[in-house]
Amino acid sequence: MDFSILASEFASLTFDGIVVGAIYALVALGYTLVYGVLRLINFAHSEIFMIGTMTCYGVTLALGISTSADPLTLTSFSLVFLLIVLTASLASGASAVVLEFVAYRRLRLMRASRLSSLISAIGASFFLTELFRILTESRNIAFPRLVDKEPLFVFSSAYITFDKLLVLIGAAVLFFLLNRVINHSKLGLGIRAVSQDETTAVLMGVNVSKVVSLTFLVGGFLAGAGSAFYMVFYETTKANVGFLVGISAFTAAVLGGIGNVRGALLGSFTLGLIQQYSSAVLGYNWRDVVTFVILVLVLLVKPTGLLGEALQRARV
Amino acid sequence: MSNFVFNPRDRFGDWWDQATILQRSIFRVIVVGVLFALPLINNPIIDTPETSFESVLFYPLVMFAIMAVGLNVVVGKSGILDLGYVAFFAIGAYTQAIFGLYTNLNFWLVLLLGMGFAMLAGTLLGVPALRLRGDYLAIITLGFGEIVRIIAVNTEAIGGAAGLTGIPSPPPIFGVEFSVEDVRPYYWLSLTILLIFLWGIIRLSHRKPGRAWEAIREDEDVAAFMGVQTFKYKLWAFVIGGAIGGAAGVIYASQILSIEPKMFELNLSIMILACVVFGGMGNIWGVIFGAVLLGYLPEKLRFLTDYRILIFGLLMVVMMNLRPNGLIPRKKREVILEKS
Repeated sequence: MDFSILASEFASLTFDGIVVGAIYALVALGYTLVYGVLRLINFAHSEIFMIGTMTCYGVTLALGISTSADPLTLTSFSLVFLLIVLTASLASGASAVVLEFVAYRRLRLMRASRLSSLISAIGASFFLTELFRILTESRNIAFPRLVDKEPLFVFSSAYITFDKLLVLIGAAVLFFLLNRVINHSKLGLGIRAVSQDETTAVLMGVNVSKVVSLTFLVGGFLAGAGSAFYMVFYETTKANVGFLVGISAFTAAVLGGIGNVRGALLGSFTLGLIQQYSSAVLGYNWRDVVTFVILVLVLLVKPTGLLGEALQRARV
Repeated sequence: MSNFVFNPRDRFGDWWDQATILQRSIFRVIVVGVLFALPLINNPIIDTPETSFESVLFYPLVMFAIMAVGLNVVVGKSGILDLGYVAFFAIGAYTQAIFGLYTNLNFWLVLLLGMGFAMLAGTLLGVPALRLRGDYLAIITLGFGEIVRIIAVNTEAIGGAAGLTGIPSPPPIFGVEFSVEDVRPYYWLSLTILLIFLWGIIRLSHRKPGRAWEAIREDEDVAAFMGVQTFKYKLWAFVIGGAIGGAAGVIYASQILSIEPKMFELNLSIMILACVVFGGMGNIWGVIFGAVLLGYLPEKLRFLTDYRILIFGLLMVVMMNLRPNGLIPRKKREVILEKS
């Protein structure tokens, strides 16, 4: 127990908490969207994120950027980063669609029990983790430093660096785009309709299979973009990177109210802050225990989360 | 679709139903005798290349079988998805390590203590968690398994990340010494424990708890309407499953002499779950068959060893999609009603 760090580093912890929360939010949205249409937790979503981080690394390999290279200039960084975000999003989005097709579709059409779908998803999750563990030979993969991390300016104890600002701005843009998609597009209408009442949606002419596929695509897209920000911020990945990010993002989604898009954002930032503060007080190695305890407490005390369950009532 | 699903249990079941008590007893004695004699047979066909066959018999075969029987009560019989089953195994193993190293308690008492602690942990987790829906419960148990491991890593008093070494062996039984060199006594011990658990679980399944569990698995709301005290029976399933996992942990720790938190990772929970799913959720013979097959094949076929978890994961997806009731599905309750 050490509250002195919390007091002296408060601004720094708060800023980092918001940055981490933004990354969690991009992953948490995938959980929430899929939960909305399927009423199921997508256990393999964390592996979709992991595939994104691996793709980011693959892109730097293909571009020939080594880990010892100097950070790029702003113009070349913008181009490289744009390429990384797009490739990672596409890779994660495509994997999510394949995942839905392989692990969920048949069971959904057969109206199998929840237990079957859960076990199928867990199997897929383990298969993917293990596949990448074998491919990477259990190594920690180092990601090259793409951008200078010297602080742009200092606010109290918080060092405002370019990569952290990038995460915040990028996440804000994506949230805005998601908002447009959910509320002002035909796909968004379909997602909201299926979330409200699948049977009626079918009667109204919604192609549920297509909507479910596209929901996985959107969720995978966001997770892929999140993985690009994660890589620029943390600069490392490994085959089981998805596990803890996934648990944190899932906790965030539940904390905000699963199925609720606004809730996922609120929950993510709240959880990011709690993790930073508690790490400062209890020590970093208790961070994941704190996350689990929050998850358990939320589920026991208020399982509908801060803003309530259900996508349909939230207006993003 | 069901007409082309071959079920070996049905063929055997017909014979079993017609068999006299004498025939059944002879069958049981032969099976148990063969099982106990297994480590004495030096047959190159069943021998394993990497590790000695005797140690494979103990771990993973019988250990997987015990844990699969325990997890089957939770997942297969009651339909509660427990992803943190390894936590009970860890609690049992740490009980044996701590009490064996720091006290002079009898091994059998420690075995009971290990089961007791696992039951206590199961109750502490189950009372709040079992009120939740299935997928939330899965996440909570997953978290529980990880918390137990992280606490073991972070607590220096129980060895921290390095774990504990020099765990004592059980005292001799009927003059058979337990030693580091010979795994066979441990195999016989664990096999005996497995048979005892089997007997107990089968007894329970035929009685009120078994019927309550199946009713809960099929439809919890309807079961509650019919007067089944769903929460009570779910908790019992959870606690009984936990106790069996704890017992497996105690025996395991007494054999391998040293334990570390790394042995109790999520992978193990998932492997046991794969055994249950593969063999046939809810059918006790199916899950034992699944545990034996999934434990034995990676040891026998060396090229499989590295890809064990990969295959286990794939199996879970394939089984759920193509044969959700497993290789040897459970007997349906309606069949029994027709016959009686």
